Amino acid sequence: MFVLVAVVPAGFIESRAAADNGGLAAWGKVYSVVTSPRCINCHTATTYPQQGDDRHRHFANVVRGPEGKGVPALQCATCHQSSNADSTGVPGAHGWHLAPLSMRWQDKTDKPLSSAAVCRSLKSQKVDLIKHHGEEPLVLWAFTPGLRPDGTARTLPPLTHDELVEATRAWVAAGKPCPKGGQR
Amino acid sequence: MTTYQLTVNGERKEVAVDPGTPLLWVLREELKLTGTKYGCGIGACGACTVHLGGIATRSCLVPVSLIGDRAIVTIEGIAGDAAGRAVQEAWVDKDVVQCGYCQSGQIMSAVALLKAVPRPTDADIEQSMGGNLCRCATYVRIREAIKSAAGQP
Repeated sequence: MFVLVAVVPAGFIESRAAADNGGLAAWGKVYSVVTSPRCINCHTATTYPQQGDDRHRHFANVVRGPEGKGVPALQCATCHQSSNADSTGVPGAHGWHLAPLSMRWQDKTDKPLSSAAVCRSLKSQKVDLIKHHGEEPLVLWAFTPGLRPDGTARTLPPLTHDELVEATRAWVAAGKPCPKGGQR
Repeated sequence: MTTYQLTVNGERKEVAVDPGTPLLWVLREELKLTGTKYGCGIGACGACTVHLGGIATRSCLVPVSLIGDRAIVTIEGIAGDAAGRAVQEAWVDKDVVQCGYCQSGQIMSAVALLKAVPRPTDADIEQSMGGNLCRCATYVRIREAIKSAAGQP
């Protein structure tokens, strides 16, 4: 009678756990950025974007529209240009628009989704996340968000852009691990 | 001061202004096109709406330095095409205007709506015109005029 013995190299379990932990730590950094106001304000679950550090509903009856770019006479481009308009305090970047509902990071009461829920959402996206975080104009805008109408600088995300890309790379390299739980 | 070449209502114009100057003030102060109105200065009322590259745009928020080669159409040039003329005639026919201050912006938005949605529903009108305020509350007549311009009852 043979007894099968799985031979696991010493330290394998520990190193696997360490890799997961590294991935989860990297995810935590990514989550801190994507739920900062500069990002999450346009990742709503509702019919409107938000604005400001308090994430209030966008003024002037702005609505999402069928493609996330507003409606015919009230488009995002009605005010937002291809770069920041610091003399008037209007933020801008190429292709200003709301993220699709498949990339909503809030619930319908404007509360941010949990780390686990956002992680699962991002993990399921077909987009090349390293490229998206590294090159997408609206992501880049978040790190150079320009001036508010009162002339003061908009608040930045908690990491630099390089740190976000590095954290994203580390999370992807670790197999995109997600925290447990968090149905919403 | 920087010199900019602009195309306004089909004509080439040259202005020398500070790069941060909003288009509204270039139109009103430099080019004397005073049909475009200053309302709130923060994009909340829609009175300053013009078409920039075909998009209804709040001219109080756009620095002249960001216009580039995009064509500008103001209320003075809106009758230059069929949609503009239809809206203009409907506005007169339905006697939309009360004090009139917001109406150039209302018309610019209405034309942009009809060019994108030739037969708009009430919901289309409410959403697209939602950024244009009228303190005289002419909203019902605005909606009637847009539908009339669209050939709808």
